[in-house]
Amino acid sequence: MAPPQLDAAGNSSLPTGAAELKFRDPSKARALSVALDRVTRQIGRSPVSVMHVCGSHEQAIAKFGLRSTFPRDLNVIMGPGCPVCITDAPEVDEAVVLAGQGTHVATYGDMVRVRGTVKSLGDMQAEGANVHVVYSVSQAAELARKMTEELVFFASGFETTAVATAAVVLNDPPDNFSVLSAHKYIPPVMEIVAEMPETKVEGFLAAGHAATITGWGIFEPFVERHGIPVVVAGFEPLDILSGLVKLVELIRDGEKRVVNMFPRCVTRAGNLAAQEQLWKVFRPTGGRWRGIAHVPNGNLRLRDEWAHVDSRKRFRIDVSTLWDYAPPALVQDCICGDIMAGISSPAQCRLFGRDCVPETPVGACMVSNEGTCKIWYQYGGHPDLRGVAAS
Amino acid sequence: MKVFVEERIGLKHGAGGRAMRSLIQQVLADGFSAPAVDGIALSAMDDGAALRVGNEWLVITTDSHVIHPLFFPGGDIGRLAVAGTVNDLAMMGATEVLGLTNAMIIEEGFPRADLVRIQRSMQETCREAGTTVVTGDTKVMGNGELDGVVLNTTGIGLTKRVVPDNGLRPGDRILVTGTMGDHGLAIMASRHGLELDGDLFSDVAPLNGLIRIALYAGGDGVVAMKDPTRGGLASALHEMAEKSGVGIVLEELKVPTSPVVRAAGELLGIDPLHIANEGKAILGVRPDAATRVLAALRGHPLGLRAEIVGSCIDDHQGSVILDTGVGKRLLSEPEGEPLPRIC
Repeated sequence: MAPPQLDAAGNSSLPTGAAELKFRDPSKARALSVALDRVTRQIGRSPVSVMHVCGSHEQAIAKFGLRSTFPRDLNVIMGPGCPVCITDAPEVDEAVVLAGQGTHVATYGDMVRVRGTVKSLGDMQAEGANVHVVYSVSQAAELARKMTEELVFFASGFETTAVATAAVVLNDPPDNFSVLSAHKYIPPVMEIVAEMPETKVEGFLAAGHAATITGWGIFEPFVERHGIPVVVAGFEPLDILSGLVKLVELIRDGEKRVVNMFPRCVTRAGNLAAQEQLWKVFRPTGGRWRGIAHVPNGNLRLRDEWAHVDSRKRFRIDVSTLWDYAPPALVQDCICGDIMAGISSPAQCRLFGRDCVPETPVGACMVSNEGTCKIWYQYGGHPDLRGVAAS
Repeated sequence: MKVFVEERIGLKHGAGGRAMRSLIQQVLADGFSAPAVDGIALSAMDDGAALRVGNEWLVITTDSHVIHPLFFPGGDIGRLAVAGTVNDLAMMGATEVLGLTNAMIIEEGFPRADLVRIQRSMQETCREAGTTVVTGDTKVMGNGELDGVVLNTTGIGLTKRVVPDNGLRPGDRILVTGTMGDHGLAIMASRHGLELDGDLFSDVAPLNGLIRIALYAGGDGVVAMKDPTRGGLASALHEMAEKSGVGIVLEELKVPTSPVVRAAGELLGIDPLHIANEGKAILGVRPDAATRVLAALRGHPLGLRAEIVGSCIDDHQGSVILDTGVGKRLLSEPEGEPLPRIC
């Protein structure tokens, strides 16, 4: 599980100032920025492109204004790191159809607002369907325990969140509880992005919290196959900056290996008990990620032993009933897919900040707190502030 | 930004952000001519109006109060109604308050004891501000036609020099008179029964005494003032930057916040810079007067934690840039206060 002293955005949950100072120290941050600039220049070409694959990294980069300290020649791309954003429309459709059939559907807040082919769960709720927002899978199981009707938990999230779902499935959930899994597995998508010719990623910054479970060793076969270095990094400003310095050093030196820059939480093997639970319940299978591509082994689905808890086995879900509708016109202009693949930025989207705002999002990236567009909007877009100095 | 005019008024139109300013523009300011005498009127969208009377300025402001709950840690609607109006006058430079009006609209069935408590609180706050209520009005509406009690206060004051909210120029320093976010988070905590409420108190207080000594120390060097109420420091600085045509660089690590506000903010995912205050002011001061004004503020009990938190630059006009200590970003203007009926 995630280390106790950090929340999803990488903020310290400790009320004292001690933790803040330790990983947010301005003078150390300045020293790391200088180092990052120096190492990037030593590479001697522009741009050097690296990608992180985690919404929490983008949150921290935006919140602390770290982009203003990155060298101009270093392109830090946000990859497909938002689980809500990459949930494909047909997956949302399944939940929408179930809700339309009168089944209770529980899910995380962001998932309610993401549109499938035609509708979101929020639209279904407005039409009278039983849609519940929960903060955890165990809360959904509790909810099911208190009712007699069927309750489907529409599960989204990467392997970190999937472990929590697995734990509930293994822990004797109530009979009326089942899981509609839209869980995704990050390592395979890194392979896809690494092979995209437009992206030109030279190094990956891997998410520290996911690696607490998988261990950093999981990236070794990837590095071997693609010859691209990977650095595992945490979520405080100094974690991110030191992770980037290390990554750019590896690129400069042509070193193709995995480096763990989050050793206070991540080990090579990871959390073996959690991995065992994860793979006991889920199996990886290929599937589409919204806006990206078909990702082999990118989806986590329940194993056959758990058919009785698998909503897809328990219900007949006919999404074709939704296919008569055309998607709303604005959706055609949405470039969320290119943004998640790191090919475009929100600034290049003609909807961003005008037709697409957090109150009335068009694309999934504007819905989720981990979506690139929402983060950019929340933290004031993306102007170049590198030259700003207080008088 | 998305620009469209909704058919109906939403809560965001009362929340202190852009939506509220456009509503005021449309339904209050539009179509009223400038005053016959020299002065600052609604079109300036400042904290109040200033009308020339002889060689002085008569400053006038009005404010309605709809807070829920009526009694909260650190204050109540009565204290808020007096302090809110006194502070709006003070922000224009009128620290000598000639008098206040008090109009009360009361719901049928409202407990008389609560009304007396509100009245006593208003008396006490008037004493602190060195003023009094000179005229008033009461109305009673039926049960359920309003929630408890609504107060409206109007204040008038005289000043020799009006301090607007648009007088900033590059190089000026930005001062705040104390910790940010206390009022809004105290209301939020008491409304939602958060366990933290033992330590969270509203900062509601009349600021005219504090502003008087700041103006005495800084003289003409104090060029802009505003109280960061709804929408917090972020909204107020945006408005000052836009009206003055400067950029403002705010140094996050210098902004005073109490540990409990920081903790509650992180817990609720709310930035204290976006939260309302009712006993704090922002002062824009010429660089050579800044330390003098800071020392004067810190000599007053309401200004003990005053700080210089930022400065004005001539590029990025209309923007507020947040220096986080480890980087810089734009400080976004909230659509408004994250919760309704806080003042």
